[in-house]
Amino acid sequence: MKPVNELIKSLADRYGRERSSLLPILQGVVEQEKYLSEYSMVEIARELDLPATEVYGTATFYSFLEYKKMGRYIIRLCKTITCAMKGENQILLTIQEMLKIKLGETTPDGLFSLLHTNCLGFCHKAPAMLINNDVYTELTPEKVREILTGYMNRKEEQEENVN
Amino acid sequence: MSTDYLLKRADFIFKNENDWEEVLTKSIHRTPNELINELISSELKGRGGAGFPTGLKWKVTAEDKSDVKYVICNADEGEPGTFKDREILSKVPFKVLTAIAICGYVIGARQGYIYLRGEYFFLQSELNKAIKEFEFYCRQINFDFSIKIFMGSGAYICGEETALFESMEGKRGEPRNKPPYPTSFGYMGKPTVINNVETLAHTYTIFKYGSKRFYDLGVQFSRGTKLFSVSGDTPKPGIYELELGMSLVDFVEEFGDDDTKAVQVGGASGFLVPRKKFAETTIGYQGRLVGISLPTGGSMMIFNSSRSMFNVLDNYLVFFAEESCGQCTPCRVGCQQLLRGIKAVKRGEKPASYLDKMLKLAETMQLTAKCGLGQSVANSFSSIVENFREEMIY
Repeated sequence: MKPVNELIKSLADRYGRERSSLLPILQGVVEQEKYLSEYSMVEIARELDLPATEVYGTATFYSFLEYKKMGRYIIRLCKTITCAMKGENQILLTIQEMLKIKLGETTPDGLFSLLHTNCLGFCHKAPAMLINNDVYTELTPEKVREILTGYMNRKEEQEENVN
Repeated sequence: MSTDYLLKRADFIFKNENDWEEVLTKSIHRTPNELINELISSELKGRGGAGFPTGLKWKVTAEDKSDVKYVICNADEGEPGTFKDREILSKVPFKVLTAIAICGYVIGARQGYIYLRGEYFFLQSELNKAIKEFEFYCRQINFDFSIKIFMGSGAYICGEETALFESMEGKRGEPRNKPPYPTSFGYMGKPTVINNVETLAHTYTIFKYGSKRFYDLGVQFSRGTKLFSVSGDTPKPGIYELELGMSLVDFVEEFGDDDTKAVQVGGASGFLVPRKKFAETTIGYQGRLVGISLPTGGSMMIFNSSRSMFNVLDNYLVFFAEESCGQCTPCRVGCQQLLRGIKAVKRGEKPASYLDKMLKLAETMQLTAKCGLGQSVANSFSSIVENFREEMIY
């Protein structure tokens, strides 16, 4: 049995096997795996006794339930009006230049994915972005470079710990 | 037109009052009818933007005979330019929890939910702590009520109440046909009161101070205070609690940067008001006798003369095209056609008269789309195209 099966089973034990448990289970898998593979979706369907198409249909409706493989840190940069007015494009260019990826792509080391998102609700502190569940606001190119460097160092620390 | 109204600040919602236990205990010792009448006489209307009378919503749900009912706090705050609900939940969570529980007592529900948007995941752990403390107190006073958080996953449409139910039931967040209304057929097909975070916070004020205190604020048809999320070209972006009924002139005087060209009231699904109409526009609910009265969820986005209204509209339409659930044709196809259309006019591929055709399309969407999303695209589209036509063309 793959680890994801264990995960799905424990999520189903925790939230229940009703249809109304589907979203929390999908979210739980994404939290751990960063995305929903076809395999995961089929296994969730099996665990909840639902048609796999229903699981797929539901999962793909929600923009935070990724179904393509994502990096460890998912950057979601807000592109809605106030952020766009307050320099979102410079932030985007800075991130792209620094990570050498375009929107929708993941760095080859699997560390970062870069996405656009709609209004994050930080219009008074625009521009804003999420990295996984953490919010960063009032971004400037300098600030965003610092933030990303912080995440990169986190990775190095983790690797040192493993060694 | 002159107005006798100036901005009146208020401080109810964020006022630090450590008396939620008292407010809860006092309220559940009154009869449900008394509480409903208190709400009705306050004339509180839904603060999410739609403006349905809150007391009436509770009353209709209370009258339903079903054994199982639900209270849901709508914290799927996704309207561009709105950020007040997050602030309420992080600063005064107990007011909201108390209001949810009082609503449960009034309508006969034992379970409440907070539908929290995925973008606000970081609020979850603090909020869960507050819920634990709250439920502990409920048990102490033998009041059987529990509250759970349900997380959204990044879908604007789930702020529409019936789409929110679908989402909680584990489905795609596609709005249902109405009627039946949530008051009789809501979450799991059971009678449900669903209120915006801010609406619930106001009920706390009303139950604490009595309806008169609330009713005395604001103007006719638009009673009480409202939180405004102010952003854009303003020296002081942030959240402000103001009495309803203010004129846009006064608002811009206070929050503008002396170069305000237009204000978007109510977010992308609201209206753009150009400078020449500031004087005749007030912020409140429909029914005022003079001028235009705009209801709002509290999003106030200010644009100065450096902004291109074409870019603003383009940004909104991209938003709608992405967030449309795709269920009904007018909205699914309409949003995309409007977006393509304005670009085509701008590039000169279509004549300026094509804008008139699109205005008709927007009107059709307003009449035929299934839910508020598709119906409200016309608000911003028409108000921008009609007031800034030359910017769409040149």
